[in-house]
Amino acid sequence: MEILNSKKGLLVSGLVIGALIAVLAAAGNPANMAICAACFIRDVAGSLKLHTAAPVQYFRPEIVGFVVGSFLIAVATREYRSTAGSSPMTRFILGFVMMIGALVFLGCPLRMVIRMSAGDLNAWVGLVGLVAGVATGSIFLRKGFSLGREQDTNRAAGTVLPVALAILLVLSVTTALFAASETGPGSAHAPVLVSLVVALVIGAVAQKMRLCFVGGIRNVFLMRDATLLLPIVAIFVVMLVYNLATGGFKLGFEGQPIAHAQHLWNILGMYAVGFAGTLAGGCPLRQMVLAGQGSCDASVTFLGMLIGAAFAHNFNLAGAAATVATAEKAATAGGPSNAGQVVLVAGIVVLFVIAATNLRRRKAAAGVAPTAPAVPAEAQA
Amino acid sequence: MRDVDARGLSCPEPALMAMDAIRDSAGETVRVLVSSATAKVNVEEIARRNGRAVETTREGDDYVLVIS
Repeated sequence: MEILNSKKGLLVSGLVIGALIAVLAAAGNPANMAICAACFIRDVAGSLKLHTAAPVQYFRPEIVGFVVGSFLIAVATREYRSTAGSSPMTRFILGFVMMIGALVFLGCPLRMVIRMSAGDLNAWVGLVGLVAGVATGSIFLRKGFSLGREQDTNRAAGTVLPVALAILLVLSVTTALFAASETGPGSAHAPVLVSLVVALVIGAVAQKMRLCFVGGIRNVFLMRDATLLLPIVAIFVVMLVYNLATGGFKLGFEGQPIAHAQHLWNILGMYAVGFAGTLAGGCPLRQMVLAGQGSCDASVTFLGMLIGAAFAHNFNLAGAAATVATAEKAATAGGPSNAGQVVLVAGIVVLFVIAATNLRRRKAAAGVAPTAPAVPAEAQA
Repeated sequence: MRDVDARGLSCPEPALMAMDAIRDSAGETVRVLVSSATAKVNVEEIARRNGRAVETTREGDDYVLVIS
Protein backbone atom coordinates (compact mmCIF):
# COMPACT_ATOMS: atom_id res chain seq x y z
CA MET A 1 0.00 0.00 0.00
CA GLU A 2 3.05 2.30 0.31
CA ILE A 3 2.91 2.73 -3.46
CA LEU A 4 -0.39 4.62 -3.13
CA ASN A 5 1.41 7.43 -1.32
CA SER A 6 4.07 7.94 -3.99
CA LYS A 7 3.39 10.77 -6.43
CA LYS A 8 2.43 8.28 -9.12
CA GLY A 9 0.24 6.38 -6.68
CA LEU A 10 -1.56 9.54 -5.58
CA LEU A 11 -2.14 10.51 -9.20
CA VAL A 12 -3.44 7.07 -10.22
CA SER A 13 -5.64 6.88 -7.10
CA GLY A 14 -7.10 10.27 -7.98
CA LEU A 15 -7.83 9.11 -11.52
CA VAL A 16 -9.54 5.96 -10.19
CA ILE A 17 -11.63 7.95 -7.72
CA GLY A 18 -12.49 10.42 -10.48
CA ALA A 19 -13.65 7.55 -12.68
CA LEU A 20 -15.75 6.14 -9.83
CA ILE A 21 -17.35 9.55 -9.31
CA ALA A 22 -18.18 9.60 -13.03
CA VAL A 23 -19.83 6.18 -12.60
CA LEU A 24 -22.10 7.61 -9.91
CA ALA A 25 -22.92 10.62 -12.09
CA ALA A 26 -23.84 8.32 -14.98
CA ALA A 27 -25.80 6.00 -12.68
CA GLY A 28 -28.20 8.70 -11.49
CA ASN A 29 -26.73 10.89 -8.75
CA PRO A 30 -27.70 14.60 -9.05
CA ALA A 31 -26.06 16.80 -11.66
CA ASN A 32 -22.73 18.20 -10.47
CA MET A 33 -23.29 16.32 -7.21
CA ALA A 34 -22.14 12.81 -8.02
CA ILE A 35 -20.51 12.83 -4.60
CA CYS A 36 -20.82 15.48 -1.93
CA ALA A 37 -19.95 14.59 1.63
CA ALA A 38 -21.90 17.53 3.04
CA CYS A 39 -24.99 17.22 0.82
CA PHE A 40 -25.16 13.48 1.35
CA ILE A 41 -24.91 13.80 5.15
CA ARG A 42 -27.71 16.39 4.85
CA ASP A 43 -29.78 13.92 2.83
CA VAL A 44 -29.15 11.25 5.48
CA ALA A 45 -30.22 13.72 8.19
CA GLY A 46 -33.40 14.28 6.18
CA SER A 47 -34.06 10.58 5.70
CA LEU A 48 -33.76 10.10 9.47
CA LYS A 49 -36.24 12.98 9.84
CA LEU A 50 -33.78 15.11 11.77
CA HIS A 51 -35.04 17.73 9.32
CA THR A 52 -38.09 17.66 7.08
CA ALA A 53 -37.01 19.52 3.95
CA ALA A 54 -38.78 17.27 1.45
CA PRO A 55 -36.38 17.65 -1.53
CA VAL A 56 -33.29 16.58 0.43
CA GLN A 57 -34.20 13.35 2.18
CA TYR A 58 -32.54 10.10 1.15
CA PHE A 59 -30.42 7.60 3.04
CA ARG A 60 -27.29 7.89 0.90
CA PRO A 61 -25.41 4.58 0.83
CA GLU A 62 -22.28 6.54 -0.09
CA ILE A 63 -21.99 7.86 3.48
CA VAL A 64 -22.07 4.30 4.81
CA GLY A 65 -19.58 3.21 2.14
CA PHE A 66 -17.00 5.87 2.98
CA VAL A 67 -16.97 5.00 6.69
CA VAL A 68 -17.29 1.22 6.33
CA GLY A 69 -14.81 1.06 3.42
CA SER A 70 -12.23 2.85 5.55
CA PHE A 71 -13.08 0.61 8.52
CA LEU A 72 -12.69 -2.65 6.58
CA ILE A 73 -9.37 -1.73 4.95
CA ALA A 74 -8.03 -0.38 8.25
CA VAL A 75 -8.88 -3.66 10.01
CA ALA A 76 -7.43 -5.71 7.14
CA THR A 77 -4.15 -3.79 7.16
CA ARG A 78 -3.80 -3.49 10.97
CA GLU A 79 -4.38 0.25 10.98
CA TYR A 80 -7.68 0.17 12.84
CA ARG A 81 -7.18 1.84 16.22
CA SER A 82 -9.97 2.87 18.53
CA THR A 83 -9.08 6.29 19.93
CA ALA A 84 -10.86 9.16 21.65
CA GLY A 85 -10.40 12.16 23.89
CA SER A 86 -9.03 14.95 21.70
CA SER A 87 -11.48 17.75 22.56
CA PRO A 88 -14.59 15.91 21.34
CA MET A 89 -17.11 18.68 22.00
CA THR A 90 -14.91 21.24 20.25
CA ARG A 91 -14.78 18.87 17.28
CA PHE A 92 -18.58 18.62 17.38
CA ILE A 93 -18.76 22.40 16.97
CA LEU A 94 -16.16 22.32 14.18
CA GLY A 95 -18.27 19.71 12.38
CA PHE A 96 -21.39 21.79 12.92
CA VAL A 97 -19.85 25.00 11.53
CA MET A 98 -18.21 23.08 8.67
CA MET A 99 -21.65 21.81 7.65
CA ILE A 100 -23.33 25.23 7.89
CA GLY A 101 -20.58 26.67 5.68
CA ALA A 102 -20.85 23.83 3.17
CA LEU A 103 -24.63 24.12 2.95
CA VAL A 104 -24.53 27.89 2.49
CA PHE A 105 -22.15 27.31 -0.43
CA LEU A 106 -24.03 24.14 -1.45
CA GLY A 107 -21.28 21.56 -1.36
CA CYS A 108 -18.26 20.13 0.40
CA PRO A 109 -14.79 20.72 -1.11
CA LEU A 110 -15.20 17.55 -3.23
CA ARG A 111 -18.43 18.80 -4.76
CA MET A 112 -16.74 22.16 -5.23
CA VAL A 113 -14.13 20.42 -7.42
CA ILE A 114 -16.89 18.55 -9.30
CA ARG A 115 -18.76 21.82 -9.86
CA MET A 116 -15.54 23.49 -11.01
CA SER A 117 -15.04 20.70 -13.55
CA ALA A 118 -18.54 21.34 -14.93
CA GLY A 119 -17.77 25.00 -15.61
CA ASP A 120 -19.63 26.38 -12.57
CA LEU A 121 -17.73 29.61 -11.92
CA ASN A 122 -19.46 29.99 -8.54
CA ALA A 123 -17.41 27.02 -7.38
CA TRP A 124 -14.21 28.80 -8.47
CA VAL A 125 -15.37 31.72 -6.31
CA GLY A 126 -15.91 29.22 -3.48
CA LEU A 127 -12.34 27.98 -3.96
CA VAL A 128 -11.09 31.46 -3.06
CA GLY A 129 -12.94 31.16 0.25
CA LEU A 130 -11.70 27.62 0.87
CA VAL A 131 -8.07 28.60 0.30
CA ALA A 132 -8.45 31.65 2.56
CA GLY A 133 -10.06 29.50 5.29
CA VAL A 134 -7.28 26.92 5.12
CA ALA A 135 -4.69 29.72 5.20
CA THR A 136 -6.31 31.15 8.34
CA GLY A 137 -6.34 27.74 10.02
CA SER A 138 -2.73 27.18 8.99
CA ILE A 139 -1.65 30.41 10.68
CA PHE A 140 -3.13 29.16 13.95
CA LEU A 141 -1.55 25.70 13.46
CA ARG A 142 1.80 27.41 12.98
CA LYS A 143 1.20 29.34 16.20
CA GLY A 144 0.69 26.05 18.06
CA PHE A 145 -3.03 25.31 17.71
CA SER A 146 -3.83 21.82 18.96
CA LEU A 147 -6.95 20.02 20.15
CA GLY A 148 -4.75 17.75 22.26
CA ARG A 149 -3.89 14.08 22.07
CA GLU A 150 -6.36 11.32 21.44
CA GLN A 151 -5.92 8.26 23.65
CA ASP A 152 -6.45 4.58 23.02
CA THR A 153 -9.88 3.52 24.17
CA ASN A 154 -12.02 0.39 24.31
CA ARG A 155 -11.50 -1.37 20.98
CA ALA A 156 -15.23 -1.64 20.35
CA ALA A 157 -15.80 2.12 20.65
CA GLY A 158 -14.35 2.84 17.23
CA THR A 159 -16.73 0.36 15.60
CA VAL A 160 -19.86 2.18 16.76
CA LEU A 161 -20.24 4.55 13.81
CA PRO A 162 -19.46 2.03 11.03
CA VAL A 163 -21.75 -0.58 12.61
CA ALA A 164 -24.55 1.92 13.28
CA LEU A 165 -24.41 3.21 9.71
CA ALA A 166 -24.42 -0.35 8.32
CA ILE A 167 -27.52 -1.21 10.40
CA LEU A 168 -29.27 1.97 9.27
CA LEU A 169 -28.47 1.11 5.65
CA VAL A 170 -30.03 -2.33 6.05
CA LEU A 171 -33.12 -0.68 7.57
CA SER A 172 -33.29 1.87 4.76
CA VAL A 173 -33.21 -0.87 2.12
CA THR A 174 -35.53 -3.36 3.81
CA THR A 175 -38.13 -1.07 5.39
CA ALA A 176 -40.01 2.14 4.65
CA LEU A 177 -38.94 3.68 7.96
CA PHE A 178 -36.94 6.52 6.49
CA ALA A 179 -38.10 9.47 4.43
CA ALA A 180 -37.17 9.58 0.74
CA SER A 181 -37.57 12.61 -1.53
CA GLU A 182 -39.93 12.32 -4.49
CA THR A 183 -38.59 15.44 -6.19
CA GLY A 184 -35.40 17.50 -5.89
CA PRO A 185 -31.80 16.42 -5.32
CA GLY A 186 -32.79 13.70 -2.83
CA SER A 187 -34.82 11.90 -5.48
CA ALA A 188 -31.86 11.64 -7.85
CA HIS A 189 -29.67 8.73 -6.95
CA ALA A 190 -27.76 5.81 -8.35
CA PRO A 191 -28.94 2.27 -7.50
CA VAL A 192 -28.14 1.40 -3.88
CA LEU A 193 -25.64 -1.33 -4.72
CA VAL A 194 -23.71 0.88 -7.17
CA SER A 195 -23.57 3.72 -4.63
CA LEU A 196 -22.43 1.39 -1.88
CA VAL A 197 -19.75 -0.46 -3.82
CA VAL A 198 -18.28 2.72 -5.31
CA ALA A 199 -18.20 4.40 -1.89
CA LEU A 200 -16.65 1.35 -0.22
CA VAL A 201 -13.81 1.47 -2.73
CA ILE A 202 -13.39 5.24 -2.36
CA GLY A 203 -13.43 4.95 1.44
CA ALA A 204 -10.79 2.22 1.32
CA VAL A 205 -8.55 4.01 -1.18
CA ALA A 206 -8.90 7.33 0.68
CA GLN A 207 -7.89 5.62 3.94
CA LYS A 208 -4.70 4.41 2.29
CA MET A 209 -3.65 7.51 0.38
CA ARG A 210 -4.45 10.47 2.67
CA LEU A 211 -7.01 12.03 0.31
CA CYS A 212 -8.03 15.30 1.95
CA PHE A 213 -9.28 18.40 0.20
CA VAL A 214 -8.30 20.61 3.11
CA GLY A 215 -4.98 18.83 3.76
CA GLY A 216 -3.87 19.24 0.15
CA ILE A 217 -4.11 23.03 0.36
CA ARG A 218 -2.89 23.17 3.97
CA ASN A 219 0.36 21.37 3.12
CA VAL A 220 1.08 23.99 0.48
CA PHE A 221 0.90 26.72 3.13
CA LEU A 222 2.60 24.87 5.96
CA MET A 223 5.17 22.72 4.18
CA ARG A 224 5.46 24.17 0.68
CA ASP A 225 4.41 20.72 -0.49
CA ALA A 226 1.79 20.32 -3.22
CA THR A 227 1.93 16.50 -3.37
CA LEU A 228 -1.52 15.99 -1.83
CA LEU A 229 -3.03 18.24 -4.50
CA LEU A 230 -2.22 15.60 -7.13
CA PRO A 231 -5.26 13.35 -6.52
CA ILE A 232 -7.53 16.42 -6.37
CA VAL A 233 -6.24 17.66 -9.73
CA ALA A 234 -6.68 14.13 -11.12
CA ILE A 235 -10.34 14.05 -9.97
CA PHE A 236 -10.88 17.47 -11.56
CA VAL A 237 -9.39 16.34 -14.88
CA VAL A 238 -11.41 13.10 -15.03
CA MET A 239 -14.66 14.92 -14.25
CA LEU A 240 -13.81 17.68 -16.74
CA VAL A 241 -13.39 15.05 -19.46
CA TYR A 242 -16.62 13.34 -18.34
CA ASN A 243 -18.58 16.60 -18.37
CA LEU A 244 -17.20 17.62 -21.76
CA ALA A 245 -17.99 14.18 -23.18
CA THR A 246 -21.54 14.05 -21.83
CA GLY A 247 -22.52 17.67 -22.47
CA GLY A 248 -22.56 18.51 -18.77
CA PHE A 249 -19.96 21.29 -19.12
CA LYS A 250 -21.43 24.77 -19.08
CA LEU A 251 -19.20 27.73 -18.31
CA GLY A 252 -20.80 30.52 -16.33
CA PHE A 253 -22.30 31.78 -13.08
CA GLU A 254 -25.96 31.48 -13.95
CA GLY A 255 -28.12 28.43 -14.53
CA GLN A 256 -25.80 25.99 -12.76
CA PRO A 257 -27.50 22.99 -11.13
CA ILE A 258 -28.03 23.25 -7.35
CA ALA A 259 -25.94 26.41 -7.00
CA HIS A 260 -26.31 30.14 -6.47
CA ALA A 261 -24.26 33.15 -7.53
CA GLN A 262 -24.16 35.05 -4.23
CA HIS A 263 -20.39 35.49 -4.37
CA LEU A 264 -19.84 36.80 -0.84
CA TRP A 265 -21.74 33.88 0.66
CA ASN A 266 -20.05 31.33 -1.56
CA ILE A 267 -16.72 32.69 -0.35
CA LEU A 268 -17.69 32.86 3.33
CA GLY A 269 -19.33 29.41 3.24
CA MET A 270 -16.21 27.76 1.93
CA TYR A 271 -14.05 29.94 4.17
CA ALA A 272 -15.81 28.33 7.16
CA VAL A 273 -15.28 24.86 5.68
CA GLY A 274 -11.58 25.50 5.08
CA PHE A 275 -10.98 27.08 8.49
CA ALA A 276 -12.98 24.47 10.46
CA GLY A 277 -11.55 21.60 8.41
CA THR A 278 -7.99 22.75 9.07
CA LEU A 279 -8.64 23.00 12.82
CA ALA A 280 -10.36 19.57 12.84
CA GLY A 281 -7.57 17.89 10.87
CA GLY A 282 -9.44 17.28 7.63
CA CYS A 283 -12.30 17.93 5.22
CA PRO A 284 -15.74 16.30 5.68
CA LEU A 285 -14.76 13.25 3.59
CA ARG A 286 -11.53 12.83 5.55
CA GLN A 287 -13.48 12.98 8.84
CA MET A 288 -15.53 9.98 7.69
CA VAL A 289 -12.39 8.08 6.72
CA LEU A 290 -10.81 8.83 10.12
CA ALA A 291 -14.02 7.75 11.85
CA GLY A 292 -13.88 4.47 9.93
CA GLN A 293 -10.35 3.71 11.07
CA GLY A 294 -11.42 4.03 14.69
CA SER A 295 -11.28 7.71 15.65
CA CYS A 296 -14.18 8.40 17.99
CA ASP A 297 -13.23 12.09 17.80
CA ALA A 298 -13.82 12.07 14.05
CA SER A 299 -17.11 10.26 14.72
CA VAL A 300 -18.09 13.15 16.97
CA THR A 301 -17.15 15.56 14.18
CA PHE A 302 -19.44 13.52 11.92
CA LEU A 303 -22.26 13.88 14.44
CA GLY A 304 -21.60 17.63 14.50
CA MET A 305 -21.99 17.66 10.72
CA LEU A 306 -25.18 15.57 10.91
CA ILE A 307 -26.77 17.86 13.49
CA GLY A 308 -25.47 20.93 11.64
CA ALA A 309 -27.27 19.70 8.53
CA ALA A 310 -30.48 19.24 10.52
CA PHE A 311 -30.21 22.78 11.90
CA ALA A 312 -29.41 24.15 8.45
CA HIS A 313 -32.72 22.91 7.07
CA ASN A 314 -34.91 23.15 10.18
CA PHE A 315 -34.02 26.83 10.55
CA ASN A 316 -33.61 27.68 6.87
CA LEU A 317 -29.89 28.45 7.15
CA ALA A 318 -28.75 26.62 4.02
CA GLY A 319 -28.23 28.45 0.76
CA ALA A 320 -31.14 28.12 -1.67
CA ALA A 321 -30.31 27.11 -5.21
CA ALA A 322 -30.99 29.79 -7.81
CA THR A 323 -33.98 29.03 -10.03
CA VAL A 324 -34.88 30.13 -13.53
CA ALA A 325 -38.22 31.74 -14.33
CA THR A 326 -41.11 29.44 -15.21
CA ALA A 327 -44.69 30.12 -16.29
CA GLU A 328 -45.75 30.10 -12.65
CA LYS A 329 -42.75 31.55 -10.83
CA ALA A 330 -40.24 34.35 -11.35
CA ALA A 331 -36.53 33.55 -11.31
CA THR A 332 -34.83 33.58 -7.90
CA ALA A 333 -31.22 34.44 -7.13
CA GLY A 334 -30.93 31.89 -4.34
CA GLY A 335 -28.33 32.08 -1.59
CA PRO A 336 -28.67 31.98 2.18
CA SER A 337 -31.51 33.63 4.13
CA ASN A 338 -30.75 36.42 6.61
CA ALA A 339 -30.73 33.81 9.36
CA GLY A 340 -28.26 31.72 7.38
CA GLN A 341 -26.00 34.73 6.90
CA VAL A 342 -26.06 35.60 10.61
CA VAL A 343 -25.40 32.03 11.73
CA LEU A 344 -22.56 31.57 9.24
CA VAL A 345 -20.82 34.77 10.37
CA ALA A 346 -21.38 33.78 14.01
CA GLY A 347 -19.94 30.35 13.19
CA ILE A 348 -16.81 31.94 11.73
CA VAL A 349 -16.44 34.04 14.89
CA VAL A 350 -16.71 30.81 16.92
CA LEU A 351 -13.93 29.31 14.79
CA PHE A 352 -11.66 32.23 15.70
CA VAL A 353 -12.52 31.77 19.38
CA ILE A 354 -11.74 28.02 19.17
CA ALA A 355 -8.51 28.71 17.29
CA ALA A 356 -7.36 31.37 19.75
CA THR A 357 -8.23 29.43 22.89
CA ASN A 358 -6.47 26.19 21.91
CA LEU A 359 -2.96 27.46 21.32
CA ARG A 360 -0.41 25.26 23.03
CA ARG A 361 3.34 25.40 23.14
CA ARG A 362 3.97 22.52 20.78
CA LYS A 363 7.57 23.45 20.14
CA ALA A 364 8.49 23.19 23.79
CA ALA A 365 6.91 19.76 23.95
CA ALA A 366 8.74 18.56 20.86
CA GLY A 367 12.18 18.38 22.42
CA VAL A 368 11.27 16.43 25.52
CA ALA A 369 9.21 13.38 26.23
CA PRO A 370 5.75 14.47 27.36
CA THR A 371 4.64 13.81 30.89
CA ALA A 372 1.46 12.05 29.76
CA PRO A 373 2.19 9.70 26.86
CA ALA A 374 -0.74 8.89 24.59
CA VAL A 375 -0.25 5.19 25.11
CA PRO A 376 0.91 3.72 28.40
CA ALA A 377 4.12 1.70 28.00
CA GLU A 378 2.45 -1.51 29.16
CA ALA A 379 -0.25 -1.16 26.48
CA GLN A 380 2.39 -1.29 23.75
CA ALA A 381 3.64 -4.75 24.64
CA MET B 1 19.25 12.09 19.96
CA ARG B 2 16.18 14.30 19.97
CA ASP B 3 12.88 12.68 20.90
CA VAL B 4 9.59 13.91 19.51
CA ASP B 5 6.43 12.32 20.84
CA ALA B 6 3.68 13.13 18.36
CA ARG B 7 1.40 10.24 19.28
CA GLY B 8 -2.30 10.94 19.35
CA LEU B 9 -2.03 14.33 17.64
CA SER B 10 -4.15 15.31 14.64
CA CYS B 11 -2.85 16.09 11.16
CA PRO B 12 -0.62 17.99 10.51
CA GLU B 13 0.81 18.40 14.01
CA PRO B 14 3.17 15.39 13.88
CA ALA B 15 4.60 16.62 10.58
CA LEU B 16 5.03 20.16 11.93
CA MET B 17 6.75 18.87 15.07
CA ALA B 18 9.07 16.71 12.99
CA MET B 19 9.80 19.63 10.68
CA ASP B 20 10.74 21.88 13.60
CA ALA B 21 12.84 19.16 15.23
CA ILE B 22 14.76 18.42 12.02
CA ARG B 23 15.39 22.11 11.46
CA ASP B 24 16.70 22.59 15.00
CA SER B 25 18.65 19.32 15.13
CA ALA B 26 21.76 20.52 13.28
CA GLY B 27 22.28 17.04 11.84
CA GLU B 28 21.62 15.27 15.13
CA THR B 29 19.47 12.10 14.98
CA VAL B 30 15.77 12.74 15.59
CA ARG B 31 13.46 10.02 16.85
CA VAL B 32 9.77 10.62 16.19
CA LEU B 33 6.93 8.58 17.68
CA VAL B 34 3.60 8.64 15.89
CA SER B 35 0.42 6.62 16.35
CA SER B 36 -1.10 6.52 12.87
CA ALA B 37 -0.02 5.42 9.41
CA THR B 38 -0.97 8.83 8.02
CA ALA B 39 1.37 10.62 10.42
CA LYS B 40 4.06 8.05 9.65
CA VAL B 41 3.91 8.73 5.89
CA ASN B 42 3.80 12.49 6.46
CA VAL B 43 6.86 12.46 8.72
CA GLU B 44 8.76 10.16 6.34
CA GLU B 45 8.10 12.65 3.55
CA ILE B 46 9.29 15.56 5.68
CA ALA B 47 12.53 13.70 6.43
CA ARG B 48 13.16 12.84 2.78
CA ARG B 49 12.40 16.36 1.62
CA ASN B 50 15.00 17.60 4.10
CA GLY B 51 17.56 15.20 2.64
CA ARG B 52 17.61 12.99 5.72
CA ALA B 53 17.54 9.19 5.91
CA VAL B 54 14.64 7.67 7.79
CA GLU B 55 14.14 4.22 9.24
CA THR B 56 10.68 3.21 10.43
CA THR B 57 9.76 0.38 12.77
CA ARG B 58 6.45 -0.57 14.29
CA GLU B 59 6.17 -0.83 18.07
CA GLY B 60 2.79 -2.19 19.08
CA ASP B 61 0.30 0.07 17.35
CA ASP B 62 2.79 2.96 17.19
CA TYR B 63 5.51 3.80 14.70
CA VAL B 64 9.04 4.87 15.57
CA LEU B 65 10.86 6.89 12.94
CA VAL B 66 14.58 7.40 13.34
CA ILE B 67 15.72 10.32 11.18
CA SER B 68 19.48 10.50 10.71
